[in-house]
Amino acid sequence: MININNLNFGYSKHKPLFKNMSMRLSNGHIYGLLGKNGAGKSTLLKNLAGLVYAQSGTLDVLGYDPAKRQPALLEQICFIPEEFYLPAVKINAYIKANAPFYKNFDHSYFTALIKEFDIPVEQKLINMSYGQKKKVIIAFGLATQAKLVIMDEPTNGLDIPSKAQFRKIMASAMTDERCIIISTHQVRDLDNLIDTVIMLDENDIALKATVQEITEKLTFKKVKEIDDSIFYAEPSLSGYNAVMPNYHQEESKLDMELLFNAILAEKIKFKPLFS
Amino acid sequence: MEFRDNKAIYLQIAEYVCEHILLGKWKADEKVPSVRELAVEMEVNPNTVMRTYELLQNKNIIKNKRGIGFFVDEAATEHVKSYRKQQFIADELPVVFRNIYLLNIGFDELENQYKTFVKENFNA
Repeated sequence: MININNLNFGYSKHKPLFKNMSMRLSNGHIYGLLGKNGAGKSTLLKNLAGLVYAQSGTLDVLGYDPAKRQPALLEQICFIPEEFYLPAVKINAYIKANAPFYKNFDHSYFTALIKEFDIPVEQKLINMSYGQKKKVIIAFGLATQAKLVIMDEPTNGLDIPSKAQFRKIMASAMTDERCIIISTHQVRDLDNLIDTVIMLDENDIALKATVQEITEKLTFKKVKEIDDSIFYAEPSLSGYNAVMPNYHQEESKLDMELLFNAILAEKIKFKPLFS
Repeated sequence: MEFRDNKAIYLQIAEYVCEHILLGKWKADEKVPSVRELAVEMEVNPNTVMRTYELLQNKNIIKNKRGIGFFVDEAATEHVKSYRKQQFIADELPVVFRNIYLLNIGFDELENQYKTFVKENFNA
């Protein structure tokens, strides 16, 4: 689905964001893109959607170069940015103007999603709350039936019931033909939806592994005391939340926040496990 | 469903399915929810539910009828019990044994406690 080869990118010549980054993504997955502020999550997504151009290296998205912005590719991409603008029109007018760009647009699915998200259809988009607008573009994006779904912080601004609805909608939107990439800081909102973790740090991919691979190699658990076998630990009420190599084939639940902090703090320890 | 912190999600979903079978909510030879239906209900990745269903197939608790879906095995209740017994012996019993050892509890005392417990809870 996506093939990134030796990507180099930066907004200025002196400050590279990605150095020789390579990665393959395939359909049938929900990828969770993690990284500190400024690590380049949104920028990587923009590269994939042809919104910014690589300085060198190649990007192959569904057999196209996204920088060429060919309609045949763009109609297969749904991009939900973190910041967006919606015009002063009602939903119907918006659909009439935008849906024709996507030849597989599913109007009845869009209507169902709008209903499920409880969006007031008679209100102008510009007068809606941020969360309501966000739900409109999520519904629009999914109704395009695009094969590549890119979402930048999709749960930002969603209220509590909408987050649960969002998770249900994404669980049903994930098909074998689709590749879904979600960047997020709100890992607790989404951790059970993500099947593969991609973590950006220091101009490159610090980790790309499925949840299954991670929990086969590492175990996440509460411990009373810290010893040398532990890679990383954070104090908690009843001792420590710890990450360590999975010596005894334990089947623990991946703690994505702990993993994130652990890799930032102890990258060298994890590298040999995931190379 | 509220997931616990300490166990892989696909195993917690397996427990959920087993529980439904033991309680008779899902009966022998009946169809179970599709991978997608259960993923939506649990708000998890369908690949996770697929992993659960593969595990339960290996344990002969559900079976896959090609093109139709997953069904409860006719002997599912027995298979759930033996699967849960295996897990109890591997995961929970060592903790109980450790406490019995550390607190120096005799087997006679244990037996009495056990009999009282069964009487009070199951009227047996």
